[in-house]
Amino acid sequence: MGWMRVISPGFLTTVQDLGRPGWTHVGVSPSGAADTVALRLGNQLVGNPPNSSALEMTLLGGTFEFESSTVIALAGSDFEPMLDGMPLPMWQSRRVLRGQVLRCGMTKEGARCYLCVHGGFIIEPFLGSASTHLTTSLGGMKGRRLFAGDRLQLRGLDIGDVKQRRVDTTTVEYLYDKKNNVLRVTAGPQYDLFTDQAVDLFTNSTYVVSEDSNRMGLRLSGPPIKRHDTHDIVTEGVSLGAVQVPPHGEPIILFVEHQTTGGYPKLANVISAEMHRVGQLRPRDEVRFRFVGMDEALSLLSDLNDRLIKVGQTV
Amino acid sequence: MLSSELWYPRFQLASDHSLLVTFGAGISRQHHRDVLRLFLLLQQEAMQGIRNLHPAYSSLLISFDPLIIPPREFEAVIRSLVDRIDSVATPEPRRMQIPVCYGPDFAPDLADVATHTKLSPDEVVRLHSSVEYLVYFIGFSPGFPYLGEMPAELATPRLPTPRIAVPAGSVAIGGHQTGIYPLASPGGWRIIGRTPLRLFRPEDTSPTLLRMGDVVIFRPISRQEFEEFTNI
Repeated sequence: MGWMRVISPGFLTTVQDLGRPGWTHVGVSPSGAADTVALRLGNQLVGNPPNSSALEMTLLGGTFEFESSTVIALAGSDFEPMLDGMPLPMWQSRRVLRGQVLRCGMTKEGARCYLCVHGGFIIEPFLGSASTHLTTSLGGMKGRRLFAGDRLQLRGLDIGDVKQRRVDTTTVEYLYDKKNNVLRVTAGPQYDLFTDQAVDLFTNSTYVVSEDSNRMGLRLSGPPIKRHDTHDIVTEGVSLGAVQVPPHGEPIILFVEHQTTGGYPKLANVISAEMHRVGQLRPRDEVRFRFVGMDEALSLLSDLNDRLIKVGQTV
Repeated sequence: MLSSELWYPRFQLASDHSLLVTFGAGISRQHHRDVLRLFLLLQQEAMQGIRNLHPAYSSLLISFDPLIIPPREFEAVIRSLVDRIDSVATPEPRRMQIPVCYGPDFAPDLADVATHTKLSPDEVVRLHSSVEYLVYFIGFSPGFPYLGEMPAELATPRLPTPRIAVPAGSVAIGGHQTGIYPLASPGGWRIIGRTPLRLFRPEDTSPTLLRMGDVVIFRPISRQEFEEFTNI
């Protein structure tokens, strides 16, 4: 076990794992990594179970000093990481030595980059998870983002030199499909409250991710979607990825720190197989929506899962 | 189709990983009992693949892992469980007394509520603490209880602009609803008092003071009593 020190935290860096299921009935949403695919693969690269804790960096990465030698990997968006001033490739495991400094920069594209370390970090679990829920200041490092001067304890022992592992570029391109800005959705529980014209407008328009977006939800600007009536519905449970339409008509995608219940109608729901792409959307990015059936949504999820398992066997 | 023509209970896949079971339109104690029964049954059964239960007024959203159990198969299992809910015994409701100081330091909006409802502040306090409230469910944010039914005379619209920070323990009125903010958070409800009790206890294995199905009674306390609670 050893330590890592935060020299500079970057724009917004938090401790995350795969989240905190099982507590929505007390009002606590799962939280967890915004891009679970990157977290899972990053953990595989350093020999961890998929749910190990890592750092989620947002838009501008941090600078970290390793006070002990360990093995690290960066996964997700390319923040142009440098180790002691030398470029460090993304999606590769790398042994770092005591005293070395990792400096991450601005994102080239996408929103989030994960720093995974062998063994993960030692974090007091809150309701069984290390993930930070920023909106409620619970979990992770004292419920907050990392600050300069924070020190994180590494769970893993120094395992010495290891065979370098990497995820190949073709796989990364397949998983993120960056040239494509379409998010596939299934019908939401209040789909029938919307007119055919409203649904057409939703699927034929381009929406822009607003600056107000965060881990709780992505607010979209674009053509407002009209409803038959403007009454709220009786408050009911809401799902990760739900596309809800408040009275002003501009949709919101509920994200990892979403409220557990709500009263706005939900027109659609982003499919599970594309939630990691939602986690890589930045303010001003453009998105479009396309409805798919339940069978297609499931076969895409199953393909994604198979692909991740296959990558796990080859790295 | 008109909603009155829909059959209940209604089963809808809300996404590729969640099923919404609705027991009726609107808010009623009967629907609440059905939600509670299904919730208790699912907790007992500990079904594989279930990730989260989101109870609400008249519905229960169940999220699950579709790679463990495919949605249509999951729906079939839940339908068969719903057929059995009449046999689920619900526990005797716990009666939870919540001390509230309605004093001026903790009640920035009590005067506005009094003006709006054409009651005196004392009458607002008396009415608010005169009835037993049912905890329909805990939702929205950690430990937040949805309570019913508040005396209709007390209904007051929300603030035109929500406050950036409402202190933890604030007791408030929003439209026809009343509630308690368990954690400091932004909020648009009218604050009429504060409880010294901690509603959300992250260090406990059962992290909320209140549970779905509890009965809540507000007991007015003085500022001095409030301080005594805080010192315990």
